Amino acid sequence: MAETVLEVRNLRVTFRTLDGTVEAVKGIDLVVKAGETVAIVGESGSGKSQTMMAAMRLLASNGEATGAVEYRGRNLLELPKSELNKVRGAKISMIFQEPMTSLDPLYTIGNQLIEPIMRHRRLGAKDAKAEALRLLKLVHIPDPERRMGSYPHEMSGGQRQRVMIAMALANDPDVLIADEPTTALDVTIQAQILVLLAELQKKLGTAIVFITHDLGIVRRLADRVYVMRRGEVVESGPTEQIFTTPQHDYTRMLLSAEPTGRKAPPAPNAPIMLDGRNVEVTFRIGGGFLAGPPMLLRAVDRINVILKERQTIGIVGESGSGKSTLGRALLRLLPSEGRIRFEGRDISTATKDQMRPLRHEMQLVFQDPFGSLSPRMTVGQIITEGLRVHEPNLTRKERDQRAKEALREVGLDPVMRNRYPHEFSGGQRQRIAIARAMILKPKVVVLDEPTSALDRSVQKQIVELLRKLQADNDLSYLFISHDLAVVRAMADYIIVMKQGKIVEEGPTDEIFDDPREAYTQTLMAAALDATRFRAEV
Amino acid sequence: MLLYLIRRLLTAIPTLFVIVTISFFLIRVAPGGPFNQERGLSPEIKANLEAQFGLNDPLWLQYWHYLKNLLHGNFGPSYNLPDFTVTELFREGLPISIQLGASALVLALLVGGTLGIIAALNQNRAADYAVIATATAGSTIPTFVIAPIIQLVFALSWKLLPVGGWGDGALLNKIGPVLTLALPQMAIVARLMRGSMIESLRSHHIRTARAMGLSDWSVVVKHALRGALLPIISYAGPAAAALLTGSIIVETIFAIPGVGRYFVQAALNRDYTLVMGTVVVIAIFTIIFNLIVDLLYAVVDPRVRYD
Repeated sequence: MAETVLEVRNLRVTFRTLDGTVEAVKGIDLVVKAGETVAIVGESGSGKSQTMMAAMRLLASNGEATGAVEYRGRNLLELPKSELNKVRGAKISMIFQEPMTSLDPLYTIGNQLIEPIMRHRRLGAKDAKAEALRLLKLVHIPDPERRMGSYPHEMSGGQRQRVMIAMALANDPDVLIADEPTTALDVTIQAQILVLLAELQKKLGTAIVFITHDLGIVRRLADRVYVMRRGEVVESGPTEQIFTTPQHDYTRMLLSAEPTGRKAPPAPNAPIMLDGRNVEVTFRIGGGFLAGPPMLLRAVDRINVILKERQTIGIVGESGSGKSTLGRALLRLLPSEGRIRFEGRDISTATKDQMRPLRHEMQLVFQDPFGSLSPRMTVGQIITEGLRVHEPNLTRKERDQRAKEALREVGLDPVMRNRYPHEFSGGQRQRIAIARAMILKPKVVVLDEPTSALDRSVQKQIVELLRKLQADNDLSYLFISHDLAVVRAMADYIIVMKQGKIVEEGPTDEIFDDPREAYTQTLMAAALDATRFRAEV
Repeated sequence: MLLYLIRRLLTAIPTLFVIVTISFFLIRVAPGGPFNQERGLSPEIKANLEAQFGLNDPLWLQYWHYLKNLLHGNFGPSYNLPDFTVTELFREGLPISIQLGASALVLALLVGGTLGIIAALNQNRAADYAVIATATAGSTIPTFVIAPIIQLVFALSWKLLPVGGWGDGALLNKIGPVLTLALPQMAIVARLMRGSMIESLRSHHIRTARAMGLSDWSVVVKHALRGALLPIISYAGPAAAALLTGSIIVETIFAIPGVGRYFVQAALNRDYTLVMGTVVVIAIFTIIFNLIVDLLYAVVDPRVRYD
């Protein structure tokens, strides 16, 4: 039996807030042994991140931890700061969910890598630099000599996360805490980072604590699992056991939370709602007085889309592929080239005023359920705002009636219409955003990553809601997403985009079962195929 | 980088031109002229004077002459201080105003910045509240109250400082005016610094630095402070332009022969050339300091480097 390196005993984390004290972690126990991989899974708000933040003494200033977090017998919660800083970064280190912002934007990669090496290992500048180079090679950063002088903003998210990993492993720690290290990355990059972590663990023998909501990752990587809900560990055990014979209802719910079901294609003679031909969007970057001509970026490159009534087209692709831009261009929210017809009517040259009467039939639901609702308006005001424009003759009472109906339709209690957005959870907010679109009785709805910010179990509910709304109201959807599991459950036709172009398109089952293009294959493999991953490691 | 600098300096020319044009005509719109004084000059003398300074020419011709002279660096004679040209007035007064303003700016940045950092590191604790309360009070008390208080306490009661006067630049004579100029700026800088530092300390890369076991010094000074400096730099640019071109209140109360008095006095006296001179000087300072701000930005933040 390997020795215990990290032991959490009766850890409680509380936050003082304006509404009183909130207990985020309610007395949990947890053990990490040398060289093993432990996963802590749970949905947002389960306290899984705060557990490890508390262990590293990185809680926000209004947070407080009690209990014990012992690293080889020393309680980290009680160590003086100077002693603690000999453990952090040297014996236990951590990587985070936000690769884009976790590195200091003002210093070069080399500078940031060298700093912890010099601090913990008392190396001279020259040796530390050589060591930093070695680490960059270890995490497979191409052209490491040149990259030493790069700034974080000059690197992609995946590369930044590699640099973070290099930094975290610089002093050969006993434990690496990885807090959702791949959540913010594209699927193909996710797979690469996971492969890298597994490879390094094998090489260095570091124990990894994996904090994640992604059960696919857990199954592939973890030896043991702790399942957390509302600050408590509800179940723990070896990975196989958790997946095959889960004991707790919550674990079973998590395991079955993947959205299921398939969407049937529309009737072949269904009327065409939206017809885009050779749609092209070009952004001008820079340029101006004495600055020379602007750089042109073709975000959407001659794309054809035909959306029929009751059809759902899934647009998939990695970030920067142009899928959101395409959705906005088709609704004429962005200037574009090419021809767009809505219900047979050419709208590609329609003016703002000509578009306005059509707007209520073409709605957009945004990705961010936290940012896209005005915090200063009640839910009722938010969802009826469109009615004031499109049906100005409605009385206040009629509008209120419509708000109630819309909320009921998306599965929310109509009583809630007088509350403000911050009182709602992420899933509820997304329902509000959907209600805001549905109240106008649209025909075409562009759904831009409507489930990406949500937990799996909530995603499943939103997917079901969207399918029901479609069936009840004969809606056509353009469903933009990078999440293939959700797309598979929602769409009957799929367009795969890369760098503004269509790589492949076809009925959902064909694309999933028999992808022809190499890019689609990688995308599918990275997202769905666990066996391929095992083979690589 | 050099190209960027040249481009910025070139764009300054049309900016200056627009400012000069607008102010030239604006001050002419104001009723009266430089020689309409309360006691009144005899009409003959007035006419002579106006003819001598070309004030009887059509306005566009006067504008043309002014522009031409300006291009040769000639700001013209002052109408109300006829023994001096505007250039001479600035040559005398500007170094004095710059000395006071620069000292006040440095003092405000150092003390205000330090107080702000201390407050941020002790957020919502006694030290923080003390800084915030003082800073809020400091920024609400006007200079025309601070200056007499300094004179009463330090000069009249304790006899540590002279009440006023330039004293040919003696250190003791500068303390009062510099303090008066610096205190409100200090308060603003402290509050700005506190806010920006708190935000910076909350950012993700600070969490990374702590997780890597870096020392508090490195976390605070190397990583947090550098990012937090950006808003301070933005503020300090225009503030420097304002401080260095003198303050009428401070210069009047402490009897300092700087250029801060000229702007208001000249405008009231319709001393056209002196008003224009002041406008041009302030505009040049503003343009230069805005350029410095942008260059400093690039030094601090690699993401805004210009190519």
